[in-house]
Amino acid sequence: MTEVKVGTRLRSAVCDTEVMVIAAPAGDLELSCGGSPMVGLDEESSAGGAPSADAAGGTQMGKRYTNDAGDIELLCTKAGAGSIAAGGEILVPKDAKPLPSSD
Amino acid sequence: MNLMMLLDMAASAFGDRVAVHNGDDELTYKGLYDAAGAAAAEIVASGCERVALLDVNSLAVPVALFASAWAGVPFVPLNYRLTPSELEALLARIAPAYLIARSDAVEGIDAVDRDEFLARATAGGPVAEPWSMDPESIAVLLFTSGTTGEPKAAVLRHRHLVSYILGSVEFASADASDAALVSVPPYHVAGIAAIASSVYAGRRIVQLDSFTPERWADLARAERITNAMVVPTMLVRIVDALEQSGDSKLPDLRALSYGGGKMPLPVIEAAMRLLPDVDFTNAYGLTETSSTIAVLTPDDHREAASSTDPAVRRRLSSLGKPLPGIELEIRGPGGEALGAGETGEICVRGEQISGEYVGLPSRVGDDGWFPTRDAGWLDDGGYLHLDGRIDDVIVRGGENISPGEVEAVILEHEAVADCAVVGVPDEQWGEAVAAVVVARAGRTVTADDIHEWVRSRLRSSRAPQLVAVRDELPYNETGKLLRRRVRDDLAGPP
Repeated sequence: MTEVKVGTRLRSAVCDTEVMVIAAPAGDLELSCGGSPMVGLDEESSAGGAPSADAAGGTQMGKRYTNDAGDIELLCTKAGAGSIAAGGEILVPKDAKPLPSSD
Repeated sequence: MNLMMLLDMAASAFGDRVAVHNGDDELTYKGLYDAAGAAAAEIVASGCERVALLDVNSLAVPVALFASAWAGVPFVPLNYRLTPSELEALLARIAPAYLIARSDAVEGIDAVDRDEFLARATAGGPVAEPWSMDPESIAVLLFTSGTTGEPKAAVLRHRHLVSYILGSVEFASADASDAALVSVPPYHVAGIAAIASSVYAGRRIVQLDSFTPERWADLARAERITNAMVVPTMLVRIVDALEQSGDSKLPDLRALSYGGGKMPLPVIEAAMRLLPDVDFTNAYGLTETSSTIAVLTPDDHREAASSTDPAVRRRLSSLGKPLPGIELEIRGPGGEALGAGETGEICVRGEQISGEYVGLPSRVGDDGWFPTRDAGWLDDGGYLHLDGRIDDVIVRGGENISPGEVEAVILEHEAVADCAVVGVPDEQWGEAVAAVVVARAGRTVTADDIHEWVRSRLRSSRAPQLVAVRDELPYNETGKLLRRRVRDDLAGPP
């Protein structure tokens, strides 16, 4: 459990997924990917291995992942094979509202 | 957060695509990334605290924008139409700055030549240390046009610009064949937004370094442009040129957005007739809001243009609805929220809102709301209508008169091509309504005509007491009416 700040970058310990925190509630948060806790982008990780079977949906670059309550949002900056979860809840890609290009 | 993160994602997802094209030169996303890294190393080594650019659009603009982000210093694009003394004053305010300019641009000012800057950035040199992800660091400083006084430097932090892009652009949403024509100057917030949006969408940027309607149309055809953004004065000239040339075809153009000033209704109507297959978008925003905060969508345009309901038709000259990440309220003089149909100050809140200037207290309230100083109202459908600047409201004998309301009526006169309404000092009323009108070619218009025309259509207090006829109105280069100069003109000898 760590305190997660907006702008923090994290990576999966078991796949290629990288994310940046866009929104997070105050206080500690348990973020995982592929079933294992995510680590800081520059942190060494000894976990290795592969995503667990129940968290292997994969991530897509550029998608924003959110929880049911809508107070957590992570931008996937690098795709991987694991699924992202917060406190055990699998995060889902946010629906993109198509906007006309204004610039 | 850092703008570089957006380019990093683009370079890793579609690095071989062309990111930016100008004349015979182009850079891929990977090429732009590498050039930004090499230029950042040079900027860091120089010890400068800002990067300034004094030039028209070239490949150096996106390279310098991202290199500044990488190096962790603000990017400051400067208006190349400034006089030498104005320029000197701004450079003193941003020193020590790494200045990029064309070698013949400024005499006696120490600058890195633009072509030399690009040549060094693309020579394959080592890139700088990794960029900071501090969301509070400043990405861009933009000097406001100074239509009401000394230029102020608006502060856009990385979190503002990244929030704007993430909230309004879907990553990699462009097709490989998409191309955006950028003709707004680099010192305009739309020029910055255009680069960031296109990079994140994966859309090829095609730059036009100096605008003429003929060059714009030629380039749109030659480069198979699919998207473009223009300011209203550009669209006026494009429509005229297309009509006169007899060839209005722009076969690849799908989307044309406009913003940065008031769009005259006859111009957008003519443009929609001339380019029936093009999706038009009206984008409303300010420098201090990281560009667009509300859009009138292509569907809104078509619905309004084809409606027989006057209230729906009127939306063709509205600003549309706020972006999903923006809260918007109309507030009265006491800060109270106003209902539909009531005119007040447009106030907005959202992650992309800065409202901050160098050396001045932030204009954003403790509750996060930013008063734009733009006057407007919401209609029953939630569409935002602009009513000029709060500071331009004329107070005549205690009555508030919006210049826009009077201007709209005068513009309906068939002999009038353009007009501006301002307040002038008046002993009896405090302020009096004054109008400057420009007649259509081959037509004449008199002060009495205008006075009578307005008096028969609006309350008599709105009929201009003073009407001057001029050959043209003073606009700045991005189409913003310089009301102060109109007032100064009227205060001088007739």
